[in-house]
Amino acid sequence: MRYLPLTTDDRRAMLDAVGADGIDDLFPDVPAAARLSGPIEGLPLHASEMAVERDLSRLAAKNLAAGQAPFFLGCGAYKHHVPATVDYVIQRGEFLTSYTPYQPEIAQGTLQYLFEFQTQVARLTGMDVANASMYDGSTSCVEAIFMARRVTRRKKAILSGGLHPHYASVAKTLTHFTDDEIDLHDPVLTDGAPGDDLAALIAAIDEETSCVVVQNPNLFGHVADLSDLADACHEKGALLIAVVTEIVSLGAMKSPGEMGADIVVGEGQSIGGGLNFGGPYLGLFACNQKHVRQMPGRLCGETVDAEGRRGFVLTLSTREQHIRREKATSNICTNSGLMALAFTVHMTLLGEEGMRRLAALNHRRACEVADRLAALPGVTLLNRAFFNEFTVKLEADSRPLIRRMAEGGVLGGVSLGRLYPEHEALAGCVTVAVTETATDEDIEALVAAYEGAAK
Amino acid sequence: MSGMNREGRETVGAAIEGAPQTFTGNRALQLDEALIFEIGASDRTGVDLPKADLTGARLGGLERDGAIDLPGLSEPETMRHFTRLSRMNYAIDMGLFPLGSCTMKHNPRLNEKVARLPGFADIHPLQPIPTVQGALELIDELADWLKTLCGMPEVAMSPKAGAHGELCGMLAIRAAHEANGDPRKVVLVPESAHGTNPATAAFCGYEVAPIPATAEGRVDLAALKERLGPDVAGVMITNPNTCGLFERDMIEICAAVHEAGAYVYCDGANFNAIVGKVRPGDLGVDAMHINLHKTFSTPHGGGGPGSGPVVYSERLAPYAPLPFVRKGADGYELVEEEAVAEGRSHGDSFGRMVAFHGQMGMFVRALAYMKSHGADGLAQVAEDAVLNANYVLRRLEDVLSAPFAASGPCMHEALFSDKWMAGTSLSTLDVAKALIDEGYHPMTMYFPLVVEGAMLIEPTETESKADLDQFIGAVRALAEAAKAGETDRFKGAPFYAPLRRLDETQAARKPRLVWSEPDLAEAAE
Repeated sequence: MRYLPLTTDDRRAMLDAVGADGIDDLFPDVPAAARLSGPIEGLPLHASEMAVERDLSRLAAKNLAAGQAPFFLGCGAYKHHVPATVDYVIQRGEFLTSYTPYQPEIAQGTLQYLFEFQTQVARLTGMDVANASMYDGSTSCVEAIFMARRVTRRKKAILSGGLHPHYASVAKTLTHFTDDEIDLHDPVLTDGAPGDDLAALIAAIDEETSCVVVQNPNLFGHVADLSDLADACHEKGALLIAVVTEIVSLGAMKSPGEMGADIVVGEGQSIGGGLNFGGPYLGLFACNQKHVRQMPGRLCGETVDAEGRRGFVLTLSTREQHIRREKATSNICTNSGLMALAFTVHMTLLGEEGMRRLAALNHRRACEVADRLAALPGVTLLNRAFFNEFTVKLEADSRPLIRRMAEGGVLGGVSLGRLYPEHEALAGCVTVAVTETATDEDIEALVAAYEGAAK
Repeated sequence: MSGMNREGRETVGAAIEGAPQTFTGNRALQLDEALIFEIGASDRTGVDLPKADLTGARLGGLERDGAIDLPGLSEPETMRHFTRLSRMNYAIDMGLFPLGSCTMKHNPRLNEKVARLPGFADIHPLQPIPTVQGALELIDELADWLKTLCGMPEVAMSPKAGAHGELCGMLAIRAAHEANGDPRKVVLVPESAHGTNPATAAFCGYEVAPIPATAEGRVDLAALKERLGPDVAGVMITNPNTCGLFERDMIEICAAVHEAGAYVYCDGANFNAIVGKVRPGDLGVDAMHINLHKTFSTPHGGGGPGSGPVVYSERLAPYAPLPFVRKGADGYELVEEEAVAEGRSHGDSFGRMVAFHGQMGMFVRALAYMKSHGADGLAQVAEDAVLNANYVLRRLEDVLSAPFAASGPCMHEALFSDKWMAGTSLSTLDVAKALIDEGYHPMTMYFPLVVEGAMLIEPTETESKADLDQFIGAVRALAEAAKAGETDRFKGAPFYAPLRRLDETQAARKPRLVWSEPDLAEAAE
């Protein structure tokens, strides 16, 4: 077996050294009744590298890759061009095959990029500090709700109707057995501003409210000024949690921090990560300095070594499970370190200028496509303001339409009937995302597909 | 490393009289590297994007007006920056990484290659189901491997890591009790458990109570039976446990827990020791997470991403989370909605615990690993992992202190205490740092908590006998040096790492978590 260095002679010599006659002597505590005597039944035996590669390539070939089709899906996962350098760096064995940097003297590579990552995320979101990553946007979001409870000592979280429905479901699941209360608002199709009803959110805030969770741009692509909402939260002693699922938007838009958010969580997959069918992704988590000791997850901090040289370590770990056990701020241990590295490499390549150009390009492309689709009979554009994603309403159930487009080789958007099966009003809606990867030909194919679908 | 110095021949160190101070501060291949904020600039970039501005933007008047302050670097500078950083890391690709309970085994590169096939890496989680049949088939096939290896009928694939898997298991237990109209309050957790176990139980709204241990480092069955009662919802047991021992009373433990109307959660972090040798389902386990980033070789990546699927017994299967994959008449389907799940195998699902469907990238890698090994190879993995750990245990027990060695063989990891250092002024930390100078990543320190100054060594099956012999030689030499009173080489260690010992107290006292211009940083203090 190619991954196992011990030879038969080695095994014999080592068994002798430990005083065992055979390998079974090392498993005496496994109850005899449950011990398996041969290879487990129902599974194939070992296979060569060539055979395994062939086998998995066959499965991969059954999928329609985004790069093979005109592609316009978003809703929490976005297709962006990732420079080749990113994937090369994250495959360096020193990064790929290292562990959590518990021994900082031999993990400065990881620790320094985490410090750079934290700084980049804090700057983008407009917050003081960011942690070293969470699993993904949805789990960051629920962790933020729990953090707001710790900060405010209140238990009611108000969730906007524009929040990704998966994120809302995760929050509902994880608060179901605690005594937290979730006030989930319905998505609305307000003229020009689909998703949230900020006035209704403001009206719902009371003295029991720990936080309001609002996504911007929201699931429907709509962008809103959160300043009034932030003021209303603060007036009642609640926190504003802003969720950003398309982090590229922050290259063009005011940050949630500038609008008064207390915690910003997000999905960082757009920068450095691929689509990967939903994972691994990158949870972003940022907040203000005064709440740092209530944060979940790992934090990397600057310090000095015994000779006074600058170095980095994991810090404030008294918040974490390996020290605080049941009193920890979260149970998280493994996070998304390598995706954080991908983010930092990509963001370093972009820099301020690249990030701004990328965001502007996305927005312009999206405006162009929105206008083209809106000009089609039977297609109504619901958004007045958006970044690189918007929602259109068709005159028929969108799920079969989107499937039919896919049969024709066009991945034309996310049908909201799939994400909101319980909201009939949304059954005819499709959210369309347009990034820098969409070519002119892709856009023509998309317009033709909608033209066909609307007929 | 190579073949040199396996016998412990003395290596000449850096502290030679007359070694020059360099102008750059670098020492040949040891290159310092500044932060991107110190070397980058906001008008420098490593991507070619057309100029685009926001004239006529439809951003609702929310255009960013100030600078974000993101320094950029050109491609060659970026490559060099991160390459230099990488060289300050220790990694499995460089040598033995005996971090107990972390299963730092070789990460096969075939796995990396297949995970990057566009058919897996470049598909969107919300694509129409007919366009992702191969992905769903892969998830289903991996699920089948996991169920078969564990002897359990159901598996939840979506958890993102081990601790997330624990949550997935405990939420099902909580849901099952609620469904029975008997919401219980307490979860029993041994003191030797990973910190994630009590943290997870608390996350689910449970009170945590300890399970006593025997002097042999195992669960005290009699004391456990005594504690079980109508208030206990479940127990969380790590098996093999964090002392590196198999819980030999596991069948009886599970029977007693079931008799008391509770469930057994097994932390599968140490599954590597028993994969293919015994099926947890045959022992009576109700739920167990499997760290694909441990047992099934997906890379740790400096802290993640991981993946933590959870297998369930018949009794907990109905409460498993959404979504799940099923083979239907027209191919594979993804059941995402409660309404659709009703009347199906997950009829009482506790709901969704993450956006989308789990760590696809890790699934591909893990399946490539499993297919490579096959049923025969996986049993060999467990056997070699256990043999390697016992070899380390027996070759070191005379110079270190092995508190549980007398009771029999260990599983995949060997546990030592700091008793052998009594009379010296040294600690486990000092020994760990001295091991860095020998070219190794240290073992797990001060865990599990049930042993004073614990040193937990897990070599894994991907180490050769020659590499183990060299490691054993190094540890023996350090033990002898410690006993001989050579404290300086320990207290000052590491001497040869990119940095000397770091001041963690200062980092926590004045946390500096983001970079700022030096004058601003000082003003803030």
